[in-house]
Amino acid sequence: MSNPSPNEVPHLLVHEAADNVGVVVVEGLTAGTDMLCCITHDNSTFRLTAGADVPIGHKIALKDLKDGDTAIKYGADIGKIIADIPQGSHVHTHNCKTKRW
Amino acid sequence: MSKYSNMTFMGYRRENGRVGVRNHVIILPVDDISNAACEAVANNVKGTLALPHAYGRLQFGEDLDLHFRTMIGTGANPNVHSVVVIGIEPGWTRRIADGIRETGKEVAEFSIEQKGDFETIRAASWAAKDFVHKATEVQREECSVNELWVSTKCGESDTTTGLGSCPTVGNMYDKLLPEGITGFFGETSEITGAEHICQKRAINEEVGARWYKMWKAYQDDVIFAHQTDDLSDSQPTKGNIEGGLTTIEEKALGNLEKIGRTSQYIDILGPAEMPKAGNGLYFMDSSSAAAECVTLMAAGGAVIHTFPTGQGNVVGNPIVPVIKITANPRTVRTMGEHVDVDVSGILRRDQTIDEAGDALIEMIRRTANGRHTAAEALGHREFSMTKLYRSA
Repeated sequence: MSNPSPNEVPHLLVHEAADNVGVVVVEGLTAGTDMLCCITHDNSTFRLTAGADVPIGHKIALKDLKDGDTAIKYGADIGKIIADIPQGSHVHTHNCKTKRW
Repeated sequence: MSKYSNMTFMGYRRENGRVGVRNHVIILPVDDISNAACEAVANNVKGTLALPHAYGRLQFGEDLDLHFRTMIGTGANPNVHSVVVIGIEPGWTRRIADGIRETGKEVAEFSIEQKGDFETIRAASWAAKDFVHKATEVQREECSVNELWVSTKCGESDTTTGLGSCPTVGNMYDKLLPEGITGFFGETSEITGAEHICQKRAINEEVGARWYKMWKAYQDDVIFAHQTDDLSDSQPTKGNIEGGLTTIEEKALGNLEKIGRTSQYIDILGPAEMPKAGNGLYFMDSSSAAAECVTLMAAGGAVIHTFPTGQGNVVGNPIVPVIKITANPRTVRTMGEHVDVDVSGILRRDQTIDEAGDALIEMIRRTANGRHTAAEALGHREFSMTKLYRSA
């Protein structure tokens, strides 16, 4: 963990340290990118390799997620994982679903 | 004392003491079939604004009450100098005109039956012209920050709204509510997934319990009563999903960022209901559809609306300036004409939420002083009444 260098713009933002998904905040992210990831709560950073081309605003798994797991963002439950998702992969409606309706 | 304690703006002080930031003369139809006459008057008399809408006939019960409340609240809004009301018949027309008159502002009413459009338009145009002369002589005067009523609702949300534009609004509320502004938030169905958090943000347990009861009733009577599938085509919307939001829970947690870290709501309002518990933050029971929600909050008395957007909702309102805030750099690039406050620096980590909140407050001050928002400049005047059920 270190603070981001002033010149480097993060690729991925994560709300809370407890989250297991983060948000792509740059356009045109491609698979294989060595992403600078920043946890906004404390401004700490880490690195993660993007496993797919993921559009800006979409989510990436921070670790391997299993069918039946809970997706955590804002430190809170945002739904259920409905397929195994490897670390670095795209998380969206095809593999994550509401628990509400 | 904070740096905003002495903030002032140049507003229009109305007869009832409320302060507006615009000075509209509106031509208000009681019902759908009076739209044509209202639009003709607005065409005759420059500087007036017709507010056509789709409803007002054969409504009854709670739905009719909401119709009257929205009509009266819109006319009573301090951004409105005076009102010409036109309806098909005199009864409901008088009821709406008298409701607006309680503010002390000038209202002229006209009904079409036994006269026809021509005679109604002629008489109403004379009244409208008189109002324009009077309105254009009113001067702005210095008003203090605690006289501002500011609402919020986000739209075409994506994950950047929860990261940037919604926390920006939240930071503004955390700074200005202690200075005595009156605030509104709402979007009842869109709190689903964060209802446990929202309930705890009430000023006390009694208000929180009333909030939960209201939220649960919306879930049971509106959402579940009419549900055909898992609502994934509506909540989140197609635009939300395109922007990366996956579930209603994720959307709700981002939505709730609009009330910041410390702000608490002091009371619950029905749709289009005016606050009665003094300065502070209110939750208004409302649809999450942008134009409907802004219309309801304007009828409740808000004079400026702050609107975080991710994918780029273009909504405006005829009487209330709508300030657009986005953190999404693609939206800034592709839809820049709609953006008033660009907070995309938050995503690059070269702007803090605190700095973004200050930038929004500065835009609120400039808008209150008269700067037209992007939505005003682009002619967005969406006036959308909420209807609760089918007419008789």
